[in-house]
Amino acid sequence: MNRRIRLPNQPLVRHLILAVLAGLGFWLLTSNLGSFRDFEIGEIATYAIVVAGLSVLTGVNGQISLGHGAFMAIGAYTFAYLQMHSSMPLVVELIAAVAAAAVLGLIVGIPATRLKGPYLAGMTLILALGIPQLADKYNSVFGGDQGLTTLPPNPPGSVDPQRWLSWIEILGALIVMVLLANLLRSRFGRSMRAVRDNEIAASLAGIHVPRTKVLAFVVSAGCAGLAGAFLGLSTGIVNTGEFALTLSIYLLAGMVLGGAGTLVGAWWGGVVLVFLPQWSSSLSKDFSLGSSASANLAVVIYGLVLIVVMMLAPGGIQGGIRWLGQRLASRGGRGTSRPTPVATGAGSSQEPDTGALATSNTERTSP
Amino acid sequence: MTQFFDLTLNGISAGMIYAAVALGLVLIWRATRIVNFAQGSMAMFTTYMAVALLDRKVGYWLAFVCALLIGLVMGALVEVVLIKPLQGKPELNPVIVTLGLLILLEGVIGSIFGVQNRGFPAAFSQSGLTVGSTQISFSHFDVFILVAVLVLMLAILVLFRGTNVGLRMRAAAFAPESARLAGVRVNRVLVLGWALAALAGSLAGLLVAPTAAFSPNYMDLILVYAFTAAVVGGLDSPLGGLIGGLLTGLALSYVGGYLGSSLEPLGAAAILIVVLMIRPEGIFSRTAARRV
Amino acid sequence: MLEVENLSVSYGAVRALDGVSFTASPGRITAVLGANGAGKTTLLRTISGLVRPQHGRVRLDQKDLTLLAAEDVVRTGVAHVPEGRGVIDELTVEDNLRLGSLWRRDRADNRLALDEVYELFPPLAERRRRAGSTLSGGERQMLAIGRALMSRPRVLLLDEPSLGLAPRITAQIMAMLGELTHGSELTVVLVEQNARSALSVAGWAVVVHLGRIVVQDHSEVIGSDEGLRHHYLGF
Repeated sequence: MNRRIRLPNQPLVRHLILAVLAGLGFWLLTSNLGSFRDFEIGEIATYAIVVAGLSVLTGVNGQISLGHGAFMAIGAYTFAYLQMHSSMPLVVELIAAVAAAAVLGLIVGIPATRLKGPYLAGMTLILALGIPQLADKYNSVFGGDQGLTTLPPNPPGSVDPQRWLSWIEILGALIVMVLLANLLRSRFGRSMRAVRDNEIAASLAGIHVPRTKVLAFVVSAGCAGLAGAFLGLSTGIVNTGEFALTLSIYLLAGMVLGGAGTLVGAWWGGVVLVFLPQWSSSLSKDFSLGSSASANLAVVIYGLVLIVVMMLAPGGIQGGIRWLGQRLASRGGRGTSRPTPVATGAGSSQEPDTGALATSNTERTSP
Repeated sequence: MTQFFDLTLNGISAGMIYAAVALGLVLIWRATRIVNFAQGSMAMFTTYMAVALLDRKVGYWLAFVCALLIGLVMGALVEVVLIKPLQGKPELNPVIVTLGLLILLEGVIGSIFGVQNRGFPAAFSQSGLTVGSTQISFSHFDVFILVAVLVLMLAILVLFRGTNVGLRMRAAAFAPESARLAGVRVNRVLVLGWALAALAGSLAGLLVAPTAAFSPNYMDLILVYAFTAAVVGGLDSPLGGLIGGLLTGLALSYVGGYLGSSLEPLGAAAILIVVLMIRPEGIFSRTAARRV
Repeated sequence: MLEVENLSVSYGAVRALDGVSFTASPGRITAVLGANGAGKTTLLRTISGLVRPQHGRVRLDQKDLTLLAAEDVVRTGVAHVPEGRGVIDELTVEDNLRLGSLWRRDRADNRLALDEVYELFPPLAERRRRAGSTLSGGERQMLAIGRALMSRPRVLLLDEPSLGLAPRITAQIMAMLGELTHGSELTVVLVEQNARSALSVAGWAVVVHLGRIVVQDHSEVIGSDEGLRHHYLGF
């Protein structure tokens, strides 16, 4: 592809520049939109964080998790608990939320190293159902059905509190993206892909397979923890109802639709997770559906999204965009008849790919 | 002591339910190496079909049988429409598709019937039987659960061991290519396998509905308990599923009784992790090694 | 008469068969010989419908088998004994055998076929209730051939029946194949790396190398060509 503007080759610098540009874009966007739109943009950033983490785990490393809702719950409760019982700075509380979720990720990740796809899916599914129930069990600590409340952060000067919150969330998301992007370009990133493609070959190549898999779980859970804390912060309340099994499955849907294994796809996932419920409620108004139907339309759509995307376009939105880009490039290209041997996930591919979920590579790349 | 006795009886009754759902998981796993995460919600769907019939004043037993038949057809449809096209794709794809089906069905039923808890009738009295002068925690309905699941298991055993269809199913599950070379139409056999699995699940759904908080997600927990049971039993062995179901039912009944019911899911997680770490091939599986 | 016409098969970029043509006649064994990777197994898998060819045709007595699925090819009378034998370990010997005739409606004749197989292979009769996994290598080969015979085939495709067997047992199997074919209407296509023992029973031999047929002729002619033996047959 011929880009007019050359970005530096140094990955960190490159990613930082992209993040700063994105940050500027968001700043302009939020400054020109109303408070409610700011709230939505902040939510998108929040969901992008958790979907990106899930995407790294599933798309890049090949481990599925149906329990990311539980990791978010851990982060949210830790954060809210610290807010109520201590007076630490916000950043410290957020880091604590990340740490708590990462520790749970470690606990889950260790047995997960020995489990293949469906078994891991089953185990994490149980956690998604089981962990939120702890909050009911120990309701004196976790507030039972009522849950815990969080305090909105104080904006400096005359900044709109909602806008300030969105900025915090966006900043957090951009930091996470830069860190993840660097991680994926690092040796660890290559190890994760190698482990996904073939564990035996990876271990023969000197990669410590269990360590790689556990670390992927820890990183991914940490992202979920941060997103959980942000979610608690923006809704003002943390209770178990928010972290039902369906949340974990929605996150999966967001990842699959956005494009598993890509960080840009995670933003698409965030957009879907924030707007799909709105679209579905306006849709049900248009068709004047009954209250039960309109309350469940989003659930139905999520289910359809998972099935249809998986069966017809496992690369998701980002996979489709990339495919389109390749087609245009090869049509307009100066006879570059490279037979598109795109990303089998082997080591050096520029960007993370969708190997774990895609169809066979030939099917994916041939137009 | 009486509490222990009661919990044991409850555990047996619950275990039979898990065993029936686990049987469905095992049938599908053996044939296609897929864990059907929609097994529970498919059962939920057919049970709500029974509700629809009951609401229209159809008799209980007719509704019961219709629901089972709907389950049978639905299992076959799911195989043909959703599972067959996934042959040869990465193993995460069917996991995600069956999860999609899980929430799709919950959403569809929720939109039609609402998500609030509602009642589902039991075929027999649910008050405890009286043995001697004491009332025990095992009702006529629990007896029915026990008998119904055992009859189902026996029927499937006879089908597998005693009929040509069963021979085809076993051959297709163990060695699909050899089966094809011997003239077995493996694709049709797989459809039948999914249909039978959905039938087993539907039976469990109908049996557990009167005792559960009956709403569109009432099978979620039962599915994961049945998955635990199936893994304990080896995921490959229908008999292992029965024993695994009983063990899981008992263990979770004790956990719920002594530690609180909200710890049951984590109890199941603990069982699952311990079994997978120590004996990944399951406790009752005959096949020695299994790649987990 | 089994006719293979200009058959080509590719796995992705790898061409496994390249324009292979030969004819296997009833009443004799046609040996397909060649080194590992010559495409012999692919040839049998394509005939039996497990692999789709890119070009070419397979015909049995003028009936086109090329686009039939494996489970339908067997119904035309082509029985394939795969490499590694395809015995189903978890099933009993008798169930393995019965499986081979399940698609045939004539129950009385199936019964008869079972008795004939037990007569042909007495060790199987003694172990009819044992699981396939308990058999020795030679017994497994007998079981695999027995299951193929249960369908009363007109064509028998055998993939490396001597693989992993002691020379004495290989000789027994070859002799048995000779008896089965001689004076009958059975067509046998025998894929072998062990060219010497295959040539001892075959009437016609096809030598394959890297997916192409190098030469085909009467087996005595092939067996007496020293250059050919050195180059392609390894003895």
